[in-house]
Amino acid sequence: MAQEAAIGIAREEAFEAPPARRRSSLSLAARPDAALSLLVLLAALLIAAAAPWISPYNPIGQRLNLALRPPFFLEGAAPGHLLGTDGLGRDLLSYIFYGFRISLAVGLSSVTLSILIGVSLGVWSGYKGGGADALIMRLADFQLTLPTVLVALAVIAIFGSGVGKLILLIGITHWAVYGRTVRGSVLATREREFVEAARALGASPLVLILRHILPSVMTPILIISAVELPRVMLLESTLSFLGLGVPPTVPSLGGAIAHGYEFLLSGHWWLTVLPGLALMGVVVAINLLGDWLRDVLDPRMQR
Amino acid sequence: MHKFLFRRFLQSIGVFLAVSLVMFAMLQAAGDPIALLVGEEGTPEDIVRLRRAFGLDRSIPVQYVLFLRNALRGDLGISYHHGVPAMGLVLERVPATLELVLTAMLVATLLSIPLGVIAASYRGGALDRLFLSGSLVGISAPPFWVGIVFILVFGVLLRWLPTSGRGGWEHLVLPAGSLALYRLALFIRLVRSGMLDVLGQEYVRTARAKGLAERAVVFKHALKNTLIPFITIAGLQMGSLLAGAVVTERVFAWPGMGRLILDSIQKLDYPVVMSWALVTAGIFIVINLIVDISYSFVDPRVRVT
Repeated sequence: MAQEAAIGIAREEAFEAPPARRRSSLSLAARPDAALSLLVLLAALLIAAAAPWISPYNPIGQRLNLALRPPFFLEGAAPGHLLGTDGLGRDLLSYIFYGFRISLAVGLSSVTLSILIGVSLGVWSGYKGGGADALIMRLADFQLTLPTVLVALAVIAIFGSGVGKLILLIGITHWAVYGRTVRGSVLATREREFVEAARALGASPLVLILRHILPSVMTPILIISAVELPRVMLLESTLSFLGLGVPPTVPSLGGAIAHGYEFLLSGHWWLTVLPGLALMGVVVAINLLGDWLRDVLDPRMQR
Repeated sequence: MHKFLFRRFLQSIGVFLAVSLVMFAMLQAAGDPIALLVGEEGTPEDIVRLRRAFGLDRSIPVQYVLFLRNALRGDLGISYHHGVPAMGLVLERVPATLELVLTAMLVATLLSIPLGVIAASYRGGALDRLFLSGSLVGISAPPFWVGIVFILVFGVLLRWLPTSGRGGWEHLVLPAGSLALYRLALFIRLVRSGMLDVLGQEYVRTARAKGLAERAVVFKHALKNTLIPFITIAGLQMGSLLAGAVVTERVFAWPGMGRLILDSIQKLDYPVVMSWALVTAGIFIVINLIVDISYSFVDPRVRVT
């Protein structure tokens, strides 16, 4: 197909491009944005892990007499509810803490699932070649053109929603980038002298792949994951906002924003703005870290 | 070219068959919409009558063949909920969605190319840093949330623009703007890094060395070669814009396909879901075709055959 031919040509050109740029200083100390991002991400992970212990309230505990109280910096705030309460009197801060938990849990597990699928299919595709290779790569092309929200609409329309289903759905629909990259690395590494030597010494295919080929794909996988994780987290929140992600009984950032959306025109702006800012903060941090990681690990791909 | 179009036509039929088969299989696995339709007051006679009315009393392969035969005539069944042909219901929403998606795409493309070129030309400068950090925020903000913030700022706070429904151009500004934002941010980064790649290459240095004006070097020699990978991604993004529109339509109460499908999913209105899937597949096929043909204009090395 012409499209793939064009991608191929673009790729070859990228290979020919000389790595002309000088390496900027890459340590964390020289990149305050990356250092700050790391702190934000660590804080988010800590909050997510410790949510049940550090949340001031039960995130889904309803206190209707305390509904719609504003955050501390506005008049009329309820003592003890730092970020205010939502339409059902649920503590927004606790809700956001638990929302981090779901966002990061869904994000990390689905990315892990995608890696497992992508690496297996990519190794198989690159190592075996032939018909299996062609089939897997066509499947990857198809996968890449299909937006997950649309697939999710169709699948959830039919099978319903849930945290486990969501992880499965996102994991299964995001393997293609990994598959392609791993296949490329396998093809490039397979014929290298040290692999040939190991093969000549009688190493089994499994040993060849695990010991000699897979280590070379670790770097690209890490870099891709840093791009995929924030995308997947945004996807989760989008689906949850639409009521198609995690069930409404599970606190999520998308769900919190959807709830706040109902109070948008009545002046309770913090119900949508604060959870959104929280999510965006973490996503910005991961994206910045991803940029930094790419600069450090792969000078050729430098921005 | 004719051969190419013919092959594409055959491929499209394959795609439609695959989509319909997958959707049909999943709908079979999903369970019985009739139970939901008749509710708790329905008598067993009601159920039997409705099953017959919708053709759900036949065996599954027969149902699929019947479905295909009707689909060829453009008849995908009657919406369980609205009681009118499902295909028509979806098709009458297509213009609203396309209006939104195409406006967003146009805005994102037209703005991102000059901004990306400027950023790359002044690499490391103040403008470059501004665009880069702006685009970082742009790709990191939850898209649905951007729409909500737009409503808060431009609708509630400033009262400049309407925040829901479809009407004149002023109704289009906020939805299309919020839908365009993520792509704008993404495209700026793409054009910028593409330009940086190209600007470091020999032939650009040659062009400069022979005394061409910087503007000619940037736009004639560098930009053209940046556009090829850009078109690929932009084409892929058209698909994801269709998905993004579902969210935007929800936030801005925009009467497009997205809102219809969200409602239909909740009501298990399967004929509408099926029609939507096929119409969306059709739009995808057309987009991919346009992307493939546009390569041959930008890059003479690629020939559509």
